[in-house]
Amino acid sequence: MTAVTLPESSETKRQRRSLGHTKRPSTILTVAALAAAAYFLLPLFWLFVSSTKTTGDLFSTFGLWFAGDFSLFGNISRTLTQEDGVFLQWMGNTLLYAVTAAGGGALLAALAGYGFAKYRFKANRMMFLGVLGAIMVPATALAIPTYLVFSEMGLAGTRWAIILPSLVNPFGLFLMRIYTESAVPDSLIEAARIDGAGEFRIFFQVVLRLLAPGFVTVLLFTLVATWNNYFLPLIMLNDPKLFPITVGLARWQGQAAAGGGATGDLIPLVITGSLLSIIPLVIAFLFLQRYWQSGLVTGSIKQ
Amino acid sequence: MTMTTTLDKRSAATGGRPDAKRRFKPNRSATGYLFVAPFMIVFIALFLVPLVYAAYFSLFREQLVGGNAFVGLDNYARAFGDAALGEGIVRMALYFFIQVPFMLLVALFLALVLDSGLIRLTRTVRLAAFVPYAVPGVIATLMWGFLYGPDYGPLTQVAEGLGLTPPDFLSSDLMLGSLANIVFWEFTGYNMVILYAALRAVPTELYEAAAMDGASPFRIAWNIKIPLLRPALMLTLIFSIIGSFQLFNEPNLLQGLAPDVINSSYTPNLYAFNLAFVGQEYNYAAAVSFVLGAVILAGSYLFILLTNRRSRS
Repeated sequence: MTAVTLPESSETKRQRRSLGHTKRPSTILTVAALAAAAYFLLPLFWLFVSSTKTTGDLFSTFGLWFAGDFSLFGNISRTLTQEDGVFLQWMGNTLLYAVTAAGGGALLAALAGYGFAKYRFKANRMMFLGVLGAIMVPATALAIPTYLVFSEMGLAGTRWAIILPSLVNPFGLFLMRIYTESAVPDSLIEAARIDGAGEFRIFFQVVLRLLAPGFVTVLLFTLVATWNNYFLPLIMLNDPKLFPITVGLARWQGQAAAGGGATGDLIPLVITGSLLSIIPLVIAFLFLQRYWQSGLVTGSIKQ
Repeated sequence: MTMTTTLDKRSAATGGRPDAKRRFKPNRSATGYLFVAPFMIVFIALFLVPLVYAAYFSLFREQLVGGNAFVGLDNYARAFGDAALGEGIVRMALYFFIQVPFMLLVALFLALVLDSGLIRLTRTVRLAAFVPYAVPGVIATLMWGFLYGPDYGPLTQVAEGLGLTPPDFLSSDLMLGSLANIVFWEFTGYNMVILYAALRAVPTELYEAAAMDGASPFRIAWNIKIPLLRPALMLTLIFSIIGSFQLFNEPNLLQGLAPDVINSSYTPNLYAFNLAFVGQEYNYAAAVSFVLGAVILAGSYLFILLTNRRSRS
């Protein structure tokens, strides 16, 4: 339990230990781990190398090394201007979908997780277990039912069709409830009540700060899930102007594969577009490492 | 648990006080409902309602004359006799047994190695393994699709450079393995981080004594760490069951590169998608979605049941 609330302390204890009796790094294990790392980085390296090539070089030079011409910037400007700058529109759509769904979903999960953890009410257990059961229902099995309801209501084909379903996050609720139990002491809530603070003020001014690591974890994972979402927008949207980046790039790829010669020029755009679109998320993950790791500890040990 | 019991006692105590005092305090139980209400409303509207509506919808059939007709469980009867759906489910079961054990073993190995402090460049390895998780599945598949390419793909180029016959990754024999590799690339790091985080939460005292007594890092990993990882391993396995059976993005995108290998019912999800949006058979597609959901739920519960029984005996 202490490890949940204070991940730092166990970390320092470990460092002390490893200073105590230094271990000799194993060469075999290091080589094996580095080989694995190389495998994971290989496609990304290929992506970067390929986005510096012209269409001709893509097909004629060795795939895992640079060609003579360095046309990364030319490729970028072509990607951004293709079809009147539709790429930037796709990026903007993805950003809009991901940020609203992640922000809204994490806030709903935090409010409800706190409510389930700290308040006694009749239907508490029943509702919580009901939502917990929903974790098992696969997202894509739900996509066609959601489409049926949304097209009945005239919401299919609008931005809401992507944002609203992404707000439901049963696993986020589960994480936030557990996190609240371990990170928010009752005495603190009680003290705030004695000071005369209202229940919602307590939540927004006192509790939310304590929930920050768990909140950021849920935020990040919803962000990734929405950013990566393909099935839902694929079935919901017809208008290319509303596409997120995943559906947009798949469309270019489809055109390139179907068209052959005339559309072969689209391939560098698919590649460069892929590179451009993964950069923001990779950076977000690298910078917010501390948060998602401590949040994940909570989720995995209390299961 | 202690928290909830104290909360319980306190609210019982306030309940005993005169009403005059209570009038100035908000009703706590009502506040509890207010906190969970936004989530529950969204949950009901966007989770329960679609499920119920689709369940109802799956009992009808679109007819050329007279619109929708109630047909009872006919769509389900058709689904159970549907060879295309059955083949897809069997294929996903096969895929599951190829892909998941290997992915989780590698994730476990990396997590244990990172935790043991026995290697150099720990941080680099951890980040390299996790970065693919931040790459959308669509882009991962596009990249691997190019890498697999039989004409100008780098893997083919390397094989030819070494004087070997390049394998055709997109042929019907290798397709399932090629798909498994893409998903392996995407999710090994994610599972590794879950397991690694669980390992970091284990108090070191638990195995410091064993280390003092001269137990090797391998024995500590096998006898102490892996048993402690059980809950985290269960979590990763259940997520993998759910993920495997609903495979869609990867085969949907590779279909463009190998249309003869990946047909419209290659995976159950691809089948449901094609039924609904190519064949316009929405009612039957809804029934197929339910059958698939039921298979996944049954698989997950069966798995939980089996592991619980084994741990008890």
